[in-house]
Amino acid sequence: MNALARIISEGSGAAPSPMLSIAGLNVAYRGGAGWTPVVRGVDLALAPGRSLVLLGESGSGKSVTLRAIIGLLREEGARVDGEVRVGGRDVNAMAPDELLKLRGNEVGFIFQEPMTALDPVFRIGDQIAETIVQHRGTSWRQAMATARELFDLVQIPSAERRLKAYPNELSGGLRQRAMIAMAMSCDPRLLLADEPTTALDATVQIQVLLLLREIQKERGTAMVFVTHDLGVAAEIADEVAVMYAGRIVEQGDAAQVLLNPSHPYTHALTGCVVQGSYRDHRLGELAGAPPDLAQLPPGCSFAPRCARRQEDCRLTDPARRPVAPRHDVACLHAADLPAGTAGGR
Amino acid sequence: MLLYILRRILYAVPIGIGVTFIVFSLVHIAPGDPISALLPNEATQEMVEAARKEFGLDRPFLVQYAIWLGNAAMGNLGTSIGSGRPVATEVASAVGNTFILAVSAGLVACVLGFLLGIVAGLWRDRPVDHVVNLITIAGVSVPHYWLAILLVIVFAVDLNWLPPLGMGPDRSGGWQFDWAHISHLILPTIATAAIPMAVIARTLRASVVDVLDQDFVTTLRAKGLPRQRLLWHVIRNALPTALAVMGLQLGNMLGGSVLVETVFAWPGTGFLLASAIFQRDLPLLQGTMLVLAMFFVFLNLVVDLVQSATDPRIRRA
Repeated sequence: MNALARIISEGSGAAPSPMLSIAGLNVAYRGGAGWTPVVRGVDLALAPGRSLVLLGESGSGKSVTLRAIIGLLREEGARVDGEVRVGGRDVNAMAPDELLKLRGNEVGFIFQEPMTALDPVFRIGDQIAETIVQHRGTSWRQAMATARELFDLVQIPSAERRLKAYPNELSGGLRQRAMIAMAMSCDPRLLLADEPTTALDATVQIQVLLLLREIQKERGTAMVFVTHDLGVAAEIADEVAVMYAGRIVEQGDAAQVLLNPSHPYTHALTGCVVQGSYRDHRLGELAGAPPDLAQLPPGCSFAPRCARRQEDCRLTDPARRPVAPRHDVACLHAADLPAGTAGGR
Repeated sequence: MLLYILRRILYAVPIGIGVTFIVFSLVHIAPGDPISALLPNEATQEMVEAARKEFGLDRPFLVQYAIWLGNAAMGNLGTSIGSGRPVATEVASAVGNTFILAVSAGLVACVLGFLLGIVAGLWRDRPVDHVVNLITIAGVSVPHYWLAILLVIVFAVDLNWLPPLGMGPDRSGGWQFDWAHISHLILPTIATAAIPMAVIARTLRASVVDVLDQDFVTTLRAKGLPRQRLLWHVIRNALPTALAVMGLQLGNMLGGSVLVETVFAWPGTGFLLASAIFQRDLPLLQGTMLVLAMFFVFLNLVVDLVQSATDPRIRRA
């Protein structure tokens, strides 16, 4: 059992079985010469109704981890090892028809770009209804009535007309609301969201985010939310896991991780946020670029960019260990970081 | 939608008028004097002048065009210099014959091309894709008259299974759906369908591959839809492209193939066009070209409208 799962079961006393548990997940894609690792030994656990934000830069493996949860990767030719359990059942061991029953039914998925993620030649209503018909076996008419109710849930006005619209006829915000309606259409117990607000305008972003949080809390749906935006993470997360180069480097309660980061990478990230200060305020920055996953350095993969690196960082790849209750960090020198200081502030 | 249809129809009018002008002037620019083909070599200059006057060839070009256009608008395409029969009658019967061949070949090309294209696209880079690729490359590269001659040699001459020439017994009832007529139709159909079938299959394969690479396919999979439902989404997305290419290929076939119709002595528009050219039969040539060109304008209009009915993104354009 990994550290977080243990913490959750200890903390809540009643020890609920995790909605989602991932153990030793490795994903590799076929690259130029052999396999390139994209996700390297990810462990995660999420209790029912909780929300977890996977935070990281592009290419850190957060979206890939998300896709692995519903077994999308194998069909795309990736190599996947490790265990992914949703509601206690191993996704990687599922037969194809079991997988179909999991997707869209027990697990809803919201994608980043609602324009390209919706089929352009099908009406929005039909795209929602087909999911309901597929999993609930209702009549098309009933499914459309459900879709109508879902539009109320996601606060799309003039629902009748919007159900008959094609994706290109809606604004980005409405499209993403429709996408949320589609993901929620079969009342899933787990919701996966892949940067659902990144493609939206700033004002729409916050509306969609608040809506998503409201629905998630109201329906008691567990949620894994991928983003690179710390502000978004702070808004929606119960727990945060920070990914770097295919690994989780820091994980714990949202407030702990964001306000009291222990990993130098998280520390640097929290220093890079625009905070409404005026332009002569110097923004923190992180020198260097993410490592080439095909040629990872030995030892800690963050070491080449790390301001606090020491000799042993180049030699030992750090394992995750608790620095506080509900707070794990994969850094040899996590304890050396001055506590209570978020970088740059 | 209604507005879009109206606008597209309005666009077709200037295109149609432009086409008539091009058809008329092309024939005039082309070398060769129709009178010299009609009259014996020893005809005097006076006889030539008289013939010119009779056919109106002495008038200024634009006047000739205006008169011809006016007549054409009333359905009078003039009289064939070669046969002396009205051009409209000749063209109508040729169009009918070509139509039979085009429908038959069109059906074969569309159905086979569609199936091959979808299968190749879905199983991209697998053996079945390579096989389809081989077939379609052969289809687009083999000259169709060569294929026509080969078909005649093998199936008509050597095996003696099918007749090599003509449309079948010419009873007054015209073309009938019986073996005598269908047997004459088979070889020309294969020769005519080969290229369009390959073009349709290749376009559709590319279109399916393109659709499968799009993000929404991942969404469909993440929704837990079964394969057949996914296939329907893919086909529905590839359909506008498929319809456009099918429409244009069908248009090509309706234009008739000079070479294939000549090899099989199929009395269609291609055959008629060829004989009009060889006999320097100006009115017949103009009439045939005009009817074919108008038909293309009409067909493009239909393709556009059908496409906009299947692809919601076009309606706003």
